[in-house]
Amino acid sequence: MLVTPALLWTLLFFVAPFVAMALLSLNFQAEGGMTVSNYSQFFTNPSYYRAMINSLQVTGLVTVISVLLAYPFAWILAEQIPPRLQRLALLLAILPFWTSYVVRSYSWLLVLAQNGVVNDALLRTGLVTEPLQLANTRAATIIGFVHFFVMLLTLTIFASLKQLNPSYRKAAADLGAGPIRTFLYVILPLTLPGVVVGAFLTFVLAIGDYITPQILGGNNELLMPQLIMMQIGRRGDFPLASALALILMAVVTVAYIACARWLKIERT
Amino acid sequence: MRGFMRLFSVSYALAVYGFIFLPVVVLVVFSLQSTAFPIPPFTGPSSRWYEAVLNDPRLIAALLNSLAVATVSSITAVALGFLSAWGFARFALPGSAFLRALITLPLTVSYLIIGMGLLVIFNMAGLPKNLFAAGIGHVVINLPLCFAIIYSQMGDHQINIERAARDLGATEWKVLLLVTLPMMWPAIFASLFLSMTFSWDEFVISFLLTRFDTTLPVEIWNLLRSGLNPKTNAVGSLVFAVSVVFAIILELILLRRRPA
Amino acid sequence: MTEALVEMKNISHSFGRAGVLHDVSLTINPGSYTVLLGPSGSGKTTLLSILGGFLVPRKGSVLIRGQNCTAMPPARRPTATVFQDYALFPHMSVGNNVGFGLRMKGVIKKERDRLAHEALLIVGLSEAFRKKPHQLSGGQRQRVALARALVIKPAVLLLDEPLGALDLKLRRQMQDELKTIQKQVGTAFVHVTHDQEEAMALADHCVVMNQGRIEDEGPPERVYARPATRFTAAFMGESTLIPGEVASVTGNAILVNTAFGSFPLIAAADQGAQVTLAIRPEHLRLIRDSRSVTFGSAQVTAVIFQGSFKRVLAESASRVGFMFIARIPAEHDVAVGDTVTPCCHIEDLIMLAK
Repeated sequence: MLVTPALLWTLLFFVAPFVAMALLSLNFQAEGGMTVSNYSQFFTNPSYYRAMINSLQVTGLVTVISVLLAYPFAWILAEQIPPRLQRLALLLAILPFWTSYVVRSYSWLLVLAQNGVVNDALLRTGLVTEPLQLANTRAATIIGFVHFFVMLLTLTIFASLKQLNPSYRKAAADLGAGPIRTFLYVILPLTLPGVVVGAFLTFVLAIGDYITPQILGGNNELLMPQLIMMQIGRRGDFPLASALALILMAVVTVAYIACARWLKIERT
Repeated sequence: MRGFMRLFSVSYALAVYGFIFLPVVVLVVFSLQSTAFPIPPFTGPSSRWYEAVLNDPRLIAALLNSLAVATVSSITAVALGFLSAWGFARFALPGSAFLRALITLPLTVSYLIIGMGLLVIFNMAGLPKNLFAAGIGHVVINLPLCFAIIYSQMGDHQINIERAARDLGATEWKVLLLVTLPMMWPAIFASLFLSMTFSWDEFVISFLLTRFDTTLPVEIWNLLRSGLNPKTNAVGSLVFAVSVVFAIILELILLRRRPA
Repeated sequence: MTEALVEMKNISHSFGRAGVLHDVSLTINPGSYTVLLGPSGSGKTTLLSILGGFLVPRKGSVLIRGQNCTAMPPARRPTATVFQDYALFPHMSVGNNVGFGLRMKGVIKKERDRLAHEALLIVGLSEAFRKKPHQLSGGQRQRVALARALVIKPAVLLLDEPLGALDLKLRRQMQDELKTIQKQVGTAFVHVTHDQEEAMALADHCVVMNQGRIEDEGPPERVYARPATRFTAAFMGESTLIPGEVASVTGNAILVNTAFGSFPLIAAADQGAQVTLAIRPEHLRLIRDSRSVTFGSAQVTAVIFQGSFKRVLAESASRVGFMFIARIPAEHDVAVGDTVTPCCHIEDLIMLAK
């Protein structure tokens, strides 16, 4: 039948790995018997749960900052730029999407390095006397993430603003609302669901990303993906890695449920 | 008040554009560096690093590998996605909603975890790490996307036209080839394009599932081990330029197709 | 003589280089129901937008209650608009939607809710206060939009093709209700539509527009029975149109020569002028009586049953291709192929200038 190949593929290469990881994480033995030692390790070992806390903090900050930066930008693109130029302006705004993700993070390393462009400018203008440690810090990771997600959120919020029925604006004006009140009482609430979806996407993509923290964050502080990768690579401890991966999945699932709940409430 | 709004808008927009383009500009500018370090001062322009890239057999091989993996995995993903979308749209299958959700599920999972899962079962099955394995991973991440895009285009409109074709005497094959495929062409093309883009740029799964022969993003990652190097700038700029040109060509094709 | 509520003087407007309104002047009296009637592109919606403040006309002025409002934005104008797609704020309850204009005026919540309840009562939707727009039907949303506009007590209420999205039965019902509410509330309504039956049902003052100009205006009975222009005659309902020439003029009595004979009328015209004689289908008879003037004989080519009447098309015997259009009671027996005598009472002949 038509549907079988796709289903088979999904079962074989997606579902099966999950099952395998789950079993591994529980130290499943063929003779029977499972343990939750991998999971308890996570909750008891500070350097392990520290990674989760770091991930949540960094991802939370990234989401908030990206939304706050992207919304006004999307608004300007949708409202202040003449309609003929809007497509071009939007395209320009997301152009750096087309650099490879690895290359993009690398570029930020260049920019933020000790002898990179930013420090160079700071030194020349005399704002600092010694180069700042910008790269290999949490701030660098956040900057790297925000750069990517501002582009993504600009795109989604722009779309949300554009598909707003122009009659709403006219009606608000007709009933006596000036531009500020029209925005606060009509435009913002109606685009909020789009913002929430974008923020959720940001959260999920950022928390599972290995590349940006690895390139920009240095090794002083680890985030969950880095911790997981460390178990696979250096230590070859697949059961622990599986447990950590499933814990990360659980967090994402909780976020998904919360988001879906909120959106459903919004509807009624 | 309106003047102030204008001023604020212009300065804010410029500042954000500046932030967005800063790393790209630095990347491209210092790819033309003539000395060995891609940091200020700029000692260019020189094409030596581009030459170095084009003369690097590993990089060229990686680029070809990326192309191969992207092409094969994308075609597979589109084919599977199309067949299953058609199946779900045409026949009322038991548990349809659940099965459809299952196929779209991988969209919500981090690539790292997908790659890891595959690594685990490949290890168990004793399968080697190579480009083929990476390709399988890419199909896993792209299949839900292709399915979702194509399925969303298979509305009732579609079914009615197929019925009309059959009513006029076309066999199943003819319906598929002469009616369904041409009608679905934009969706097929869009999912193919998106799959290739995602596969081409994908790092984590390729990193986990390949060993010697690898894809371009992984090779670039390896380059990063050797520290800041204008060669990395050059290869990054090349990839960027090719992607932009590709996107422009796509825009032109789409603009041509769209009635004015 | 009551002072005019709204005066639109010499309004001209264009989009780009396309002229949409050409030197249009219109007066709206307090408490009146004015209908702007015309086909698409006639400029009626543009005129309404200018009145509402959503467009500033290239030329001309808009005075509301004596005050020049031409460049005043909608927020500060004493107008309220009911939009074609209702534009109810989906994230607010019906009550909050209706109270929105009051909120902008600074009215406190308790008072807002009280007034909103009152407005909803007028439109017959008092139980919908807490509901959200998406829970209402099209007709109900329309009424909420009306309540929202009425509650802020505007000088003039503007309606932009408000009944277009409703089915026939609902439309008729809403027409009755609109008329009732307008009489009850006393606010001047300006209503845009392309449906001449709607215009005739609702208007005190009917304004027929075509290609950016006013073709005819007045009470709907007059505009229908004695249209000023050929366009108006055709738009207000189908008529049989007979071209002719003024043969002689004696004061107000003229004689018009046509292919079917000469007919005396009471009208003002110049000798030799080209005119058109129009006959409404319900006035065109197929059997002569003592008071009729006749137009030769004709053969029936189509009889279309329309419920309460039959629409009959008959081709002239003396002029091939010329069709008479008649509306006869359903009980009358007429069949395709019958020979009939198209005729009418002389006072039912309408002379159109061109």
